[in-house]
Amino acid sequence: MSKSNSRITRRHFVAGAGAVGLGAATGLLATPRLARAAGKITVLNWQGYGTDEKWAVEAFTKATGLEVVHDYFNSEPEMITKLQTNPGAYDVVLTNSAWNAVASGQGLVQAVDTSKITHFNDLNPSFRDSKLLNADGKVFGVSWVWGMTAIAYNTDKVKPAPDSVEVLWDPKHAKHVSVRDDAIEAVSYGAIATGQDMNHPKDLAKVKEKLLGLKPQIATMWSSEDEWNKLFQSGTFDVSVYWSGSAARSKTNYKLPVGYMVPKEGGIGWFDGLAVAAGAANVDGAHKFIDYMVDPTFYVEWATKIGAPASANVKANEALPAEDVGRQIHSDQAAIKRLQFMSPLSDDERQSYSDLWTEVKAEFAK
Amino acid sequence: MAVADRRNRIAILGLTSPAYLWLTATIFLPLSAMLYCSFLDKSPLVPQPSSFTLKHYGAVIDKPVYQQLMLWSLELGAVVTIACLLIGYPAALALAKVIKGRWREAMFLMVVLPFWSNALVRTFSWTMVLRPGGLADQAIHLVAPGAPALNLLYSYPAVVIGLVHSYLPYMILTCYISLQAIDDSVIEAARSLGARSGALFRRVVFPMSLPGVLAGSALIFVPAVGSFMEPRILGGAKGATLGMAIEEQFTVTANWPFGAALSFMMLAAVLLLCLALYPTARKRMEGL
Repeated sequence: MSKSNSRITRRHFVAGAGAVGLGAATGLLATPRLARAAGKITVLNWQGYGTDEKWAVEAFTKATGLEVVHDYFNSEPEMITKLQTNPGAYDVVLTNSAWNAVASGQGLVQAVDTSKITHFNDLNPSFRDSKLLNADGKVFGVSWVWGMTAIAYNTDKVKPAPDSVEVLWDPKHAKHVSVRDDAIEAVSYGAIATGQDMNHPKDLAKVKEKLLGLKPQIATMWSSEDEWNKLFQSGTFDVSVYWSGSAARSKTNYKLPVGYMVPKEGGIGWFDGLAVAAGAANVDGAHKFIDYMVDPTFYVEWATKIGAPASANVKANEALPAEDVGRQIHSDQAAIKRLQFMSPLSDDERQSYSDLWTEVKAEFAK
Repeated sequence: MAVADRRNRIAILGLTSPAYLWLTATIFLPLSAMLYCSFLDKSPLVPQPSSFTLKHYGAVIDKPVYQQLMLWSLELGAVVTIACLLIGYPAALALAKVIKGRWREAMFLMVVLPFWSNALVRTFSWTMVLRPGGLADQAIHLVAPGAPALNLLYSYPAVVIGLVHSYLPYMILTCYISLQAIDDSVIEAARSLGARSGALFRRVVFPMSLPGVLAGSALIFVPAVGSFMEPRILGGAKGATLGMAIEEQFTVTANWPFGAALSFMMLAAVLLLCLALYPTARKRMEGL
């Protein structure tokens, strides 16, 4: 570029600034596409949820020559939105038991070629063959990990060990109970406590009444594992609805006095499936990555170093050391039998649960 | 003359068009997209044809909880604005008329300091101050050892404290600018005509600073009404705003149209409130 060309006059600058503004604006509106090169796969997942562990990604790249790029979502609707707005941008996407059918129903994920998943036969059939990950005889998600959303309590303060969901409503723990600020989880527990189907409770009025009974109990609501640990440690609450993998981490990594139980009335179960996005640029690479994710070598390192939910791979779970907290929590067969698994909800159901929870929270705030 | 006029016009166009183009692109387009979205029967991203409906606006009116939340949000906005005015105006007055020189610079630095930290970090640091046994409790116990714990965290006052802290600089800065513009000779003239301090403030200083007060109030009221992060983190179960309900429509239920309808109902409420107050404000300012 010659010197005279590179000089910017004031007028050029104003015109340039306008053009930049317009350009940036249209850039915002245009469909964002992630840059990609050959030998690369893009994974869409929660941040810090296994697939983006640095050591794992490095090991995978070393073994296959494929680079792994991540993008994240903060809620399942956001995951669906990202798939809808960026077709072809992703190769592997995490879908859980309640959302895989939504994704496959909208044509956002493609059928998995199970012959490319070498560990497929080792996967627990109750997750692998579940209708929540399969449709029309095709597999739309390879079951990866599973866990429970049940009740954690402070073993120093809550004695004797509770076994009923009613511990959340026990006046002994008034102002020392917490739930996650999540409409679906709250309605599920309201349904379990009133003896109804967790996913599709018939009597929502009863659920609402039960949840309103939590008003004198609630200390605060939590929204992230990190927040939960801080609140639990500071004694803000002693009993809380909590995730099983997180409970294992809180106990193992933070040495918190956490007890964990699936209430006799029932608990929430969920499982995650890894899916291949529709229009994926690297379908073969996506299968390789999924196969690596259900490999016992990866799982044992993830579970013991970091702390993980239970693997859907039976052999991977068996490879964990016997004293592993997560293994203990996830191997209680009687507790597993009490679980109800999260299944897809219709838009109307999700809306009515959200309305109900908003009403309950407004009552809490009064 | 005509040539100069035209050149002026071109200059004005050149100077203002980037800002207006930017505003059009970043505010008007997304807002109109959301307005359009609020009339659709399903989320615009679902790959099925959607049709026009008014049901989301009907739902807002049908479900009293959303009106309740809107009322609370407006109330929260008013409380925060008034608190900012009560705390910020005297500070601005002192900065404009009493403190001079280097002290003024130092005070200004302290006023804008909150802007230097991320809002989320600021809000979380308040949880450390307000929690039982936190910094606030420790400070009080230093002075009065037997005092009961404050226990402010997860309460309505905690939300107000956090929001006032975030928005106070707006009030101080806007009030400072209009107070500083008041010529000292006007004040001297009022005094020489026998005005005492009370009358001087009521009839000269405050009316003349009204534009700053109004600008600051608008800058604070609007975002405070829509707040959802501070009520969640500092209010816990006691923080409930329409902003939080709107957020939920986008992240939990994936019902963008309903979230958009809620947003526009809130926008309408805020605009109506401003319109209702506008004649009074204009009348007071015309008297200057």
